[in-house]
Amino acid sequence: MEAEEFDIFEHELVPVHILLTKEERAKLLKMLKKKPWQLPWIRASDPAARAIGARPGDVVKIIRKSRTAGEIVVYRYVVPG
Amino acid sequence: MMAFRLGSPPRYYIKSIKFGVLSPEMVRKMSVVSLTVPDTYDEDGSPMPFGLMDRRMGTLEPGQRCETCDGRSGECPGHFGHIELALPVIHVGFTKHIYNALRATCSKCGRITLSDEVIEKKRRLLEYIKRTGNYLRETGFYEKVIKEAAKATKCPHCGAKKDKVKLEKPTTFYLVDERNKPIKHLSPKDVREWLEKIPDGDVRLIGFDPEVARPEWMVITVLPVPPISVRPSITLESGERSEDDLTHKLGDIVRTNEKLKSTIEAGSPQMIIDEHWNLLQYHISTYFDNELAGISPAVHRSGRPLKTLAQRLKGKDGRFRNNLSGKRVDFSARTVISPDPYISINEVGVPVEVAKILTVPEPVTEHNIDALRQLVINGPEKYPGANYIIRPDGRAVDLRFVRDREAMAERLGPGYIVERHLMDGDLVLFNRQPSLHRMSMMAHHVKVLPYKTFRINPIVCPPYNADFDGDEMNLHVPQSKEAWAEMKIIMRVQEQMLTPRYGGVIVGALHDYISSAYLLTRRQTKLDRFKAALILGMANYKGPLEKSEYTGKELFSLVLPKVDYEGEALMDIDPEDRKVVIKEGKLISGVIDHNAIGDQKSKTLLHKIILQEGAEKGREFLDNLSWMLLMFLDMYGFTMGLDEEDLPEDAKKEIKKVIDRHIKKVNEYIQMYREGKLEREPGATLEETLEQKIISELNMARDESGKIAERYFLPNNSVLITAKTGARGKMLNLTQMTACIGQQTIRGERIRRGYLNRTLPHFKPGDLGAEARGFIKSNYKEGLRPTEFFFHAMSGREGLVDTAVRTSQSGYMQRRLINALLDLHVEYDGTVQSAEGFIIQYLYGEDGIDPTRSVGGDPVDFDEIERRVLKEIEVKASA
Repeated sequence: MEAEEFDIFEHELVPVHILLTKEERAKLLKMLKKKPWQLPWIRASDPAARAIGARPGDVVKIIRKSRTAGEIVVYRYVVPG
Repeated sequence: MMAFRLGSPPRYYIKSIKFGVLSPEMVRKMSVVSLTVPDTYDEDGSPMPFGLMDRRMGTLEPGQRCETCDGRSGECPGHFGHIELALPVIHVGFTKHIYNALRATCSKCGRITLSDEVIEKKRRLLEYIKRTGNYLRETGFYEKVIKEAAKATKCPHCGAKKDKVKLEKPTTFYLVDERNKPIKHLSPKDVREWLEKIPDGDVRLIGFDPEVARPEWMVITVLPVPPISVRPSITLESGERSEDDLTHKLGDIVRTNEKLKSTIEAGSPQMIIDEHWNLLQYHISTYFDNELAGISPAVHRSGRPLKTLAQRLKGKDGRFRNNLSGKRVDFSARTVISPDPYISINEVGVPVEVAKILTVPEPVTEHNIDALRQLVINGPEKYPGANYIIRPDGRAVDLRFVRDREAMAERLGPGYIVERHLMDGDLVLFNRQPSLHRMSMMAHHVKVLPYKTFRINPIVCPPYNADFDGDEMNLHVPQSKEAWAEMKIIMRVQEQMLTPRYGGVIVGALHDYISSAYLLTRRQTKLDRFKAALILGMANYKGPLEKSEYTGKELFSLVLPKVDYEGEALMDIDPEDRKVVIKEGKLISGVIDHNAIGDQKSKTLLHKIILQEGAEKGREFLDNLSWMLLMFLDMYGFTMGLDEEDLPEDAKKEIKKVIDRHIKKVNEYIQMYREGKLEREPGATLEETLEQKIISELNMARDESGKIAERYFLPNNSVLITAKTGARGKMLNLTQMTACIGQQTIRGERIRRGYLNRTLPHFKPGDLGAEARGFIKSNYKEGLRPTEFFFHAMSGREGLVDTAVRTSQSGYMQRRLINALLDLHVEYDGTVQSAEGFIIQYLYGEDGIDPTRSVGGDPVDFDEIERRVLKEIEVKASA
């Protein structure tokens, strides 16, 4: 099977990954008063990161489902690897 | 012992700390003497000049003055000396760094073996990394440069051939060829000369800061000798002197060094010199670390390994874990604990002897001056008294040595502080190790009592995980008003009744209280006015007694706050009393047992009271209820006898029949297995299938015989009551006592250990039957057969060993976890961050929920809200 044919986001255990734009990224970092590498990391080779075309240096927004909180939004900094 | 006082504010703040390596010049500069004599004292006991105890390095004995600073023993901080080494030696602590520096550079010109262009590029990259302050990348950068440079086979700067360097642990370096064969041994002198050649600019690219740490400084030419105060000698009672381990080691170093010096001067052959040189290297290596891999530790005459520098710092008894992370404290006490159910769960019983030693600083005001005067007059011997007075000028007066305490008391006035004995109502911290969760350390109000143990209410045993088989606990007396306030608001037992672990109560009624609650609140219980008064008196009931006869449920309702509750009782002895209904603080139906007021449970009546009425009301309820139940149980006379575990002959026969039937079934399975007729279960081998079938068959035998036994118990059977109400024990325990103990296991399997193909010589080899593999048909009451007894002991021993292993393993796991999570904190913006500012979670727990206030882990109790809303509608509709 071709790798492209399979959309991992269709699986219910894979949370939504969204690539932040430059402006969104800057806004987020300013709000948190953080350097990008102080965010949690995600590898560029992570299947979900690859699927949305994230490159090292980007920030990814992940929306996860939670039994207790409904939805939780987290941000991850894409690192090489 | 002194109370905290403000000094002048600090004038400087530490912005950063930089670590470096001592240079030989630095060592000589800070030294006051160069040691050449390997001895400590001469015949008449005075320190040898230029010896290990030279007076210039400071003094120990009082009265003597330091020859360097003229200070007395308390004033002189001690001064360093040094040893000029005849030949350099490798510093064991830096072998890895030396190895890296050698590997990355050329032996001839000292440059990093990368081309100029690459070096320039790397330099710029490093500058950029340093500017951005990402130190994680910085360490990675150095590693990469070293790795790349080490690949070179020829120096791009001078063209010299580059050989690989090999480090032979602990301190020997070789040049090796491609096949890892040694070409040349590098002596410490060679290493040092090589390292000296590396230019400052290149050194920076492999992680050194040449200002404070030139690589050649890691090869020692001058050894600093710590002051005498770092390695004090002790005088034994016999007047004999005993030197510190470090002094011994330094003596070895000086001796070998002098020997080496004279060998060189005498022009001895290189082999002899090398021998002494190696010995010097050994002594200096073990001086730093006596537990090095690959070399034997230096030992004392008695054979005990010496405690050298690294051993002073490392491990549980090292400087860090023993003296810096953990310190001994003042104002603390430790003794055995024993139970006292008649004190509040908020209280702790403190022996008078302890109360007379622990003190609380009380500032004198016009309001308390008379009381404090009396305490001062009583002095340190008579309780309640005082041990110290701190005068307005800050001087402490020890009341033990004040002759006229009455005059002293007269002199008191505002500005004085009296350190009075611990008294009833003072707040103290109480702790039992291991302190695994926050409830391991709670604040209690002091209650001074006679005798010599700390007393706690048995209800607070679960949070501390304490029992009274010899447990000891620690008590601390905080010394500031701020501390008292914090303790009162967040640390008192009543504030810690809810646990963050599973969102329920951790304290609650246990054992006798549960049985008593059941006996009190079941339908048939009725009490006359006199008995009701006794019970209610214990429960601090202040209201009127209107009726001449009370039911147990009515009495229980009198201590209950006004709450609504619906639940199910744990017991099923009386089905009509199972449904527990409480309306506006009145117990309408149902019995109270572990499901309503038990410990370590959520969504119970007690839990609801604490959540709705607050911790204060909850504690009051638990206190009063427990006293009431205690009184009731005393009057009732709850007891149990051996004959309660007897079964009638009919029952015994019935049980035997059931067990025989199941054992027959087991034998049938074995027969089928032997004949190859047994069907294999999916995912299991044939043998595993057989085992599974046998185990489930035998478990059925045990459970069914238990059910039979249960049918024959009277509803008033005491053991049955404790098991069914959740007071103590399970039905399984009762089954094992009366009917059948069941299968014994080792590692979750039937027992098969022992002889070849059999467990014991009592059985035939290859016997797979129930009895031969650890099934116990007997019960505890009637006793076990010898083979059964042995299997039982095997299983019991496994349980014991398991607990021992588990506690030590989980203890270490906990330690590692704590050290890893130590610096995590919730920032003001709600994120969880580490000390370096890394974001761990964007919201605490990724849901922002305080599990303490959750209901069984859920943030909101929807059932409860539904019930409340429905009730409101009902009330409105009827109005």
